[in-house]
Amino acid sequence: MSKNTGASRFRKVDVDEFDENKYVEDVDETPTGTGPNEQEVSSLLQQGENVEALKRVLSNPPTGGKNQAAKDQAGRLVLRVLVSFKKSEMDKGIKALDSKQLDLLMKYIYRGFENPADDSSSSTLLIWHEKAYAVGGLGSIVRVLTDRKTV
Amino acid sequence: MTQQHIFGYGPVTCAAFNKDCTQVALSPNNSEVHIYESHGKSWEKIHELKEHNNAHGQCVTGIDWAPNSNRIVTCGADRNAYVWVLQDGSWRPTLVILRINRAATCVKWSPLENKFAVGSGSRLISVCYFEEENNWWVSKHIKKPIRSTITCLDWHPNNILLAAGSSDFKARVFSAYVKEVEKKPSPTSWGSKMPFGNLMSEFSNSPYGGGWVHSVCFSESGEKLCWVAHDSSLSVVDSGNGMAQSSTKTEFLPFLSCTWVTNNSMVVAGHGCLPMLYLHDDQGNITFLHKLDQSKSSSGGGTISAMKRFQTMDRMAATEVATTDPNTIHQNTITQVMVHSGTKDRCEKFVSIAMDGKMVIWDFKSLESSIEGLKLM
Repeated sequence: MSKNTGASRFRKVDVDEFDENKYVEDVDETPTGTGPNEQEVSSLLQQGENVEALKRVLSNPPTGGKNQAAKDQAGRLVLRVLVSFKKSEMDKGIKALDSKQLDLLMKYIYRGFENPADDSSSSTLLIWHEKAYAVGGLGSIVRVLTDRKTV
Repeated sequence: MTQQHIFGYGPVTCAAFNKDCTQVALSPNNSEVHIYESHGKSWEKIHELKEHNNAHGQCVTGIDWAPNSNRIVTCGADRNAYVWVLQDGSWRPTLVILRINRAATCVKWSPLENKFAVGSGSRLISVCYFEEENNWWVSKHIKKPIRSTITCLDWHPNNILLAAGSSDFKARVFSAYVKEVEKKPSPTSWGSKMPFGNLMSEFSNSPYGGGWVHSVCFSESGEKLCWVAHDSSLSVVDSGNGMAQSSTKTEFLPFLSCTWVTNNSMVVAGHGCLPMLYLHDDQGNITFLHKLDQSKSSSGGGTISAMKRFQTMDRMAATEVATTDPNTIHQNTITQVMVHSGTKDRCEKFVSIAMDGKMVIWDFKSLESSIEGLKLM
């Protein structure tokens, strides 16, 4: 028996870090967008142009990249727009989106579930989810899970 | 319309047919390969091939049957591959030196059957050929720039180019030219310089960087390459059209297998449990055509007993009794679709195998007559 049986610091070493074959993500510092224009979207909301605000807020998303602040800000803005819709208006909003924007919307819906703004936002998001799923299908949800450049 | 056969209760993980489709070699999710022979409507088991190691339940992961030379190659999670030759009524294995340190994932004979390629978790492809002087199969490795497990392979009809899909979210075309067994190849639409291991083209599955590539398939002429990935997408690259790449993000669950059935149409299938037909037109657009399984939902609903109704209310808070069984022929994920009769540009029948242990042969003639508006283009 070895004398040094009390030592267990080696158990805390993460051996995967030293694996020379470890998969390193393609480092792509540049995010694909700079985030929606907050003022533009706010003014559209005030004017009651929900659908237009939705399209604006889903354009130029800060996916990927390391800019967490931009992502958080965009996330909050999207949530604000989504919550501003009445249930009857949501269908119109969904219809106005193309498939790319729909996938993006689904990603923001799940982000909203993760970080709810307040107590009632989740129930609104659930209705949004149902309507987005009706158009985007299971594929749009699968892409929330597989796309590595996240919102 | 479809011929169905169930091979036991567990999944059929991989299968391959012989030249005239009278026999099929398949693996029932274990380390064995079973060969069945067709007797009219049923299939009888005629051979069991047991050479792959079964330590820790290591499965056979790939089977391919060379139609002309009648040899079978199998590869498994035990890091081995065997070439089987029929001698005196029984199949004799020969070990292949793959030199990999992780499981093999897929294997394919080349069109001329003088080589085969094995994908593995060792982040490389072993291209194997027979060395006459030593009487064994040896391998050459294609490594760069593969960064993760190779999930699927397909050969170009020129016997040189090899397409590989990987879990590093890329589909690639390599040259697998082995000077020991063949002459220098002439240029193709994929490029003219083809030293062994040369990366001819690399395609990213998605600009969002996601989705393991599950299956790749060259068209019959080799000009087009299609692949399916885990982000529920189907993509096509047309080398005859300036490497134009197009893809469609579907609303279905991800597909695990794809094959060309004409020069413009593909059959795909996967977690949705039913095969679907997609069209790639000359402008490069990919459109969904038809679901090829038109089974109606089972009408077992009729009169639901009061007991069942209260049971579901109690257990699942459900006010309606809805069955979760898919109303398709296959009751679980389809793992493989391949052409059965015909060629990749004029397919007459195709076959699907799935995790429900079923093998289904689909006939396009009867599909065309039973599905409104379906015409193979």
